[in-house]
Amino acid sequence: MLRIAVTIVQWLVAVVGAPLLVGVIRKVKARLQGRRGAGVWQPYANLRKLLVKEVVISENTSWVFRLTPYVVIGTMLLAACIVPVLTTAGALQMLDNIILLMYVFLLGTFFLALAGLDAGSSFGGMGSSREMAIAALAEPTIMIAIFAIALRAGSTGLNEMIRRSVTDPLLLLNPGHLLAFFSLFIVAIAETGRLPVDNPATHLELTMIHEAMILEYSGRYLALIEWASAIKLFLFLTLLGNVFFPWGIAVTLQPSAIAIGIVTLPIKMGVLAVSLAVLETGLAKLRLFRVPELLSGSFMLALLAVVSFFFLR
Amino acid sequence: MLRCFTASLIFFAGGACGALVFARDDSLCRKVTHGLALGGTVLILIVGVAGLQGQPLDLLLPGILPAGGGLALGLDRLSAFFLLIIAVGAIPSTFYAIGYTRHYKGKQSGLGFMLNIFIPAMMLVAMSRNVLTFLVFWEAMSLTSYFLVMTDSDQAETCGAGWLYLVMTHGGLACLVVGFLAMSQAAGSFTMSDWVHAGAGPDARVRNLAFVTMAAGFLSKAGAIPFHIWLPRAHPAAPSHVSAMMSGVMIKLGIYGLIRIGFGWLGQGPGWWGVLILAVGAVSALLGVLYALIDSDLKRLLAYSSVENIGIILLGVGAGLLFRSYGLGALAALALVAALYHCLNHAAFKGLLFLGAGSVLHATGTRNMEAMGGLLRRMPQTGAYFLVGSLAITAMPPFNGFISEWLTFQSLLLSFRVQAQFFNLVFALCIAALALTAGLSAACFVRAFGIAFLALPRGEAVESAHESHWTMLTSMGFLAAACLTLGIAPALVLRPLSSTVNDFIGERPDLAFNWSGIAASNGFAAIDPFWVAMILSLLMLAVWIGLHAMRANFGRRYYETWGCGRAVQTAAFEYTAAAFANPFRRVFAFLYRSVEETEIEAHPESRFFVKTITYRHQSRTIIEDSVYAPIGAVVRRLAAKARTVQSGNVHSYLLYILLALLTLLLFAR
Repeated sequence: MLRIAVTIVQWLVAVVGAPLLVGVIRKVKARLQGRRGAGVWQPYANLRKLLVKEVVISENTSWVFRLTPYVVIGTMLLAACIVPVLTTAGALQMLDNIILLMYVFLLGTFFLALAGLDAGSSFGGMGSSREMAIAALAEPTIMIAIFAIALRAGSTGLNEMIRRSVTDPLLLLNPGHLLAFFSLFIVAIAETGRLPVDNPATHLELTMIHEAMILEYSGRYLALIEWASAIKLFLFLTLLGNVFFPWGIAVTLQPSAIAIGIVTLPIKMGVLAVSLAVLETGLAKLRLFRVPELLSGSFMLALLAVVSFFFLR
Repeated sequence: MLRCFTASLIFFAGGACGALVFARDDSLCRKVTHGLALGGTVLILIVGVAGLQGQPLDLLLPGILPAGGGLALGLDRLSAFFLLIIAVGAIPSTFYAIGYTRHYKGKQSGLGFMLNIFIPAMMLVAMSRNVLTFLVFWEAMSLTSYFLVMTDSDQAETCGAGWLYLVMTHGGLACLVVGFLAMSQAAGSFTMSDWVHAGAGPDARVRNLAFVTMAAGFLSKAGAIPFHIWLPRAHPAAPSHVSAMMSGVMIKLGIYGLIRIGFGWLGQGPGWWGVLILAVGAVSALLGVLYALIDSDLKRLLAYSSVENIGIILLGVGAGLLFRSYGLGALAALALVAALYHCLNHAAFKGLLFLGAGSVLHATGTRNMEAMGGLLRRMPQTGAYFLVGSLAITAMPPFNGFISEWLTFQSLLLSFRVQAQFFNLVFALCIAALALTAGLSAACFVRAFGIAFLALPRGEAVESAHESHWTMLTSMGFLAAACLTLGIAPALVLRPLSSTVNDFIGERPDLAFNWSGIAASNGFAAIDPFWVAMILSLLMLAVWIGLHAMRANFGRRYYETWGCGRAVQTAAFEYTAAAFANPFRRVFAFLYRSVEETEIEAHPESRFFVKTITYRHQSRTIIEDSVYAPIGAVVRRLAAKARTVQSGNVHSYLLYILLALLTLLLFAR
């Protein structure tokens, strides 16, 4: 019973807390840029506003366009069931696999890219094409980084990976661990459409990627997609925080352990959110055709992580 | 069992005879031949399922093939599994053909006749037990498929494709004959299962030679790189139901042969057999999907994607070979299960996609994606099935491709148990190659479905497109259902498959499963595809209900696409297939070696007003440029030399015959 309750709570934290994370990042960015910025609760207000507006749909679209927001939010809600947020002892152990998680993310991207093409505008097509290019090129890095982690943990289950890391005192002295972290961090930036790969705040034709794909969406559809993007960002940061810096996450279901988990999660997320905001303030967007170089760099990091394991074992 | 098998052959024989008897009446011929072929394939399914339950079938007919030990047929679980693959690909294809071939006027007789030999030939290849039987049916399969490719022989493109296919398949056959004869000679038996007995057998050099030549022969049939060049030509040229069978089923028999030699007939080999197959697999998967990604011919795209999927299967087979040479039998069995599962899945989703492409071709008269668009509104069912096929082939949960790709990933990831750093790195690179392949294939099928079926039509033929005949829709529906079923209930396949592999290599795969879930290697990885599907659909439903509960605005208004203030939207504003592939063309420019030409014609008054823009690009494939072009040049030069012998004078030909006879008598004394 407790297990189910904790599982539901950690799912709700990810799903409901995600827009807050976006709000915090925007706020920190605004402060760093010398603006006052909107409040951290602004993303919730935006979602509410979108929900009361009617939807305007292009005449050229098909049912794929109308189905996509539900698929995208469905995949992200499913992903939130997979990622351990507060505890590794959740009830949904049958979903516990990191490769499944990556494919669930890819499924959402697949449908978004289709929807981008559906309205028949050049912007949508451009966004879809670029999004798929970045998603495809990020894929090898993700898998090799997973390989590097799985080698140490002896498992591709997320819970097991984290449980192994918690008990490892020399975790941060392991070169493979740090290399895998940096490579996955770069991939997380690319996958969630942050600077320097994509600028979530832009609506300039030539630079937008994710925003170009969803340009035709409005009303409740847009609300679902924005919510899904926020969840995706939240989950990627949780993944980075919990897999690479597993301290504080509840390995058992004891109330004290869970309480520590609830306290440490905001700290870890806060650190990652601030560093993301600092990074986004300091970096300019890369030209699109420089992105593959960034991704191949991250691939080399991941490969080095694997190599270091084999040569140090 | 034997009765079913015989009945199936009788059905096909009846179909072939029917094709000849009713040659005059196109409509009757079409229904009789395809109907009987359908009956025969359903019986193949029954034989295959019975075989998977463990019922053996052994048949030796010395009278039919007097030389080499007679006609020897047998059915073990591995053969039975391939009969299942044949049935899954051929049942919907033959049923589809009833509607699809309506417009092949005057070609019904040939088409039906060849089809009724092609399908049983594939079945008998999988059941052959000695060298001569195998080669006879292998050749029958190759020749009939050649004739099926040549159905539209009045087109130059088809003739070129058919010729290339004929050359490649006979090159492969030559390799096979060399390998088969070398082994038969060294082992002193024409029965393949007698070649190697418990470690004793021909020495390693002969076995290595046989492995390399036979692998080349089987890989040329499977369409692996560098032997793939016939696929992207022959598949588009053939009628679509034939493409579905060739791509979904026939090329798998190359894999069947490879598995037989690698794990059975040639005994246990050294580690480099596995590395060789892994390398071929990784290159095939990557290059296959990269070429699929830039092609704008829908059927050629699917053909290249077959090369990719063969690569994925080969990654499983190669990993299995390597594991076995390191004594990791349970892992080898796991990798083999992954490869065989992907074979079955590919038969289902590639069959579905080729049938879908056939319906599009039938309705629009074009295979060029740049002329399509908006087909989902005009062909809603075909479009939905094509989307299912696209999701399955890109390994999206909860469809079947995901299960086999997941298993392949797990068996590659488990390679860390091999204690050799070089091989560990090989596996790491294979994982990267497979991951990149997965990502690129998602891009490829977003492009295929998005450009062909979504947005506005780009041509008039597409605007008047219509939905297909009901037999075609039913066949596609069957395959779409198969893709979903194999994706959410993997135990249906994994249970017979693990006993198949256990029978075949004597090790149980390192795999646990129940009605919904799979777990690889004792907790290394586990998923539950059924619950993934259930939870995903429940969550989507919950969101919809939740929006209603929150009183969200469910109003909907249709308006034109936003376009920066342009007056009217036409299809010219849409992203094209070439434009979609452009980022990839730039990133992988060194592979495509594309030649681009842009011509801009400006208005005479001012160069800022453009009248027309023409953009052409042509991509060449690196293998054809660097391997086949030099070979072709050498052959052509030798042919020019040989022409001097061809004087056209009957007397000199008689002299040649005499000389040849004398030489033969001299040597064969």
